[in-house]
Amino acid sequence: MELKLPVYLDNSATTPVDPRVLETMIPYFTDNFGNAASRNHSFGWHAEEAVDYAREQVAALINAQSAKEIIFTSGATEAINLAIKGVADMYARKGNHIITCTTEHKAVLDTCKALERKGIVVTYLKVDESGMIDLAELRAAISEKTILVSIMAVNNEIGVMQPIVEIAQIAHQYGALFMTDATQAAGKVPIDVQGMGIDLLTCTAHKMYGPKGVGALYVRRKNPRVKVTAQMDGGGHERGMRSGTLNVPGIAGFGRAAELCRLDMASDAQRVTDLRDKLENALMQLPETYVNGHRLHRTPYISNISFKYVEGEGLMMGFNKNIAVSSGSACTSASLEPSYVLKALGLDDELAHSSIRFSLGRFTTEAQIDFAIAEVTKAVNRMRDLSPLWEMHLDGVDLKTIEWAAH
Amino acid sequence: MLDPIYFDNAATTRIDERVIESMLPYWTTHYGNPSSIHALGRVARKAIEQSRKTVAQLIGASSAEIFFTSCGTEASNMLLHGAVRDLGVLHFISSPIEHHCVLHTLQHLHKQYPAVEVHNVDVLRNGHIDWIHLEQILDSLPLDVPKLVSLMHVNNEIGSLLDIERLARLCQAYRAYFHTDTVQSLGFYPIDVQKTPISFLMGSAHKFHGPKGIGFLYMNAKNPIHSLLYGGSQERNLRAGTENVANIVGLAKALQLAHEEMTQHRAHISSLKHYLMTELCDLEGVYVNGDAVDSHYKILNLSFPLLPSTELLLLQLDIHGVCASGGSACSSGVDVGSHVISALQKQDDSVNIRFSFSKYNTLAECEVVIARIKEIMRL
Repeated sequence: MELKLPVYLDNSATTPVDPRVLETMIPYFTDNFGNAASRNHSFGWHAEEAVDYAREQVAALINAQSAKEIIFTSGATEAINLAIKGVADMYARKGNHIITCTTEHKAVLDTCKALERKGIVVTYLKVDESGMIDLAELRAAISEKTILVSIMAVNNEIGVMQPIVEIAQIAHQYGALFMTDATQAAGKVPIDVQGMGIDLLTCTAHKMYGPKGVGALYVRRKNPRVKVTAQMDGGGHERGMRSGTLNVPGIAGFGRAAELCRLDMASDAQRVTDLRDKLENALMQLPETYVNGHRLHRTPYISNISFKYVEGEGLMMGFNKNIAVSSGSACTSASLEPSYVLKALGLDDELAHSSIRFSLGRFTTEAQIDFAIAEVTKAVNRMRDLSPLWEMHLDGVDLKTIEWAAH
Repeated sequence: MLDPIYFDNAATTRIDERVIESMLPYWTTHYGNPSSIHALGRVARKAIEQSRKTVAQLIGASSAEIFFTSCGTEASNMLLHGAVRDLGVLHFISSPIEHHCVLHTLQHLHKQYPAVEVHNVDVLRNGHIDWIHLEQILDSLPLDVPKLVSLMHVNNEIGSLLDIERLARLCQAYRAYFHTDTVQSLGFYPIDVQKTPISFLMGSAHKFHGPKGIGFLYMNAKNPIHSLLYGGSQERNLRAGTENVANIVGLAKALQLAHEEMTQHRAHISSLKHYLMTELCDLEGVYVNGDAVDSHYKILNLSFPLLPSTELLLLQLDIHGVCASGGSACSSGVDVGSHVISALQKQDDSVNIRFSFSKYNTLAECEVVIARIKEIMRL
């Protein structure tokens, strides 16, 4: 099979737009360019039709009961902000307590922190060394004052899938709403908001081969009817929940992307699982190499691997031109801090720094995986050959026992 | 049936082919996340920074003063909330004919923070603000209390054009922050924040033949406000969320083309407006809502007498393949009449229609529209 470079293994950061998605979008830039809010001419109606059709497609992806439960936003971050702040405002009478988890995406964590400054009490559940939360800890933290439990479906750095069905049940026993950030899950693994008891869900197009700049918030309308307070005022678009002219081509693209993911989900996942297993099995042949996160409860699309005694950023530089990977979340990759997700799993700074996230996608080929295996193996061996720490490790020195002199 | 005639360019515009061409590579080839540090991410980052520079240069700002948002509405929410939270603004001076993204946000702020007061400047029957009343309001407020004047450069329904140079000087004298909604004027009139001391302005690409889903906020470096959205350090911590790279590139390209070709398109569009206006105002009882002269050359809002033949004029026009609007698209789902038209305190019962033009319209289209209207009115 022909090899296409660069080998893009950073599909959790963003994905290329599927050509079929782009094809769907283009007419809404050119011939059907209307404003979906224009109610008195055909340009407006065509645009509105496109938006409504996309709403059906996104609703179908997550098995929402009605397309009316989908609110389009500019992305997952906006959807998350709207959901959490909107619930905190709307349900202030019931309580002021939110439960989330330490390994959530920054969009959830930073929004919760902002709410803490306004008097909301937030519990951050810890995770174990495999990245899973402890349901007993959730049960201990939740009370009648809890208005929202927000736990992500798939972790963006390690791919771990939390038991959201059980979490939803516990939340509902206390009358709290259950929200899940499904940015990495939607389109990749089966999500059924009705069957799983999800009250609010957020996702974005650009992680499922759609365009950047469009996301969605699912808001349950029955059993219970969930309401969120709008966070942006204006023309009252999206049934008053999100003002601003609709990004019609982006939304149409999102709809198509969601549909393609729904139709191809099982076959894509099987193919990607095989490729992921091949990659992991080969890299695990290297000594002192560990897969982070639960080996069973996780998505096939993400593999986070620590190469002990190898500095991750340096490793990435080694094959930077040909392989695109990440040392963690793209949203925080400019920072030199070790990943807070890996640290939450109990990794020390050094091991966290030696970790690489490989994230696969629809367009990943076996030839690319073979190339990545060879290049990564070579780079890890080369860096270890140069490393005095590795040499000491081979000599049987336990590095943890060494007291380094200050200089 | 013939192709419909699109005279609703204040609602949104057709994208320029050159704009979409500039965007294409960023969906399929240079698709990286600009926050990623690998090569694909860096290409995306570079495209954003180049676009920021382009936009900044076109309005005389520095790159650090341009923040991309998902639309004009978001930009306006961001700055008005930020003005209260970060600049301590307690008094807003605005008008009843602002776009809903300003009007409703100010109402919301007043409800959320009881100390926040909104002072509405009177609007004259010609659609311009009452400058005397504006000065009275400013005079009534202590000089050292933080205040912000938010008045739109061009009204989106009737096109009234505000003298922002004069207003900027006035705001300086009264030490007021000056925000102007330039969504309808950007790309149509030269705006230079170096010459005109504006604190905040915003733009939306789809009004000047760019893509929907992208806008920006210009924020003078002296007035730092903070984020509305949390969860990532994009846009220098001011706007969390993965950047919409293709649309940002498209926005910059569209604004650049609009500036390069401004004189030429302005002459063309002005002639269309003038022609339609002259011909239709010849009809019995038809006149211009707002100021016929001192208004945006792309917007013509006409008042038709309420007759059995004109009652459903907008619908009739649509049946005849003419797309116009009864007012702002953003509120056209809500049948409450136009807040702008009602502010003009008209004494008669009329049917009000906004025609708004673009570089893609032709004189021949105007002729068709005139003929259709005469048919409908049985003249």
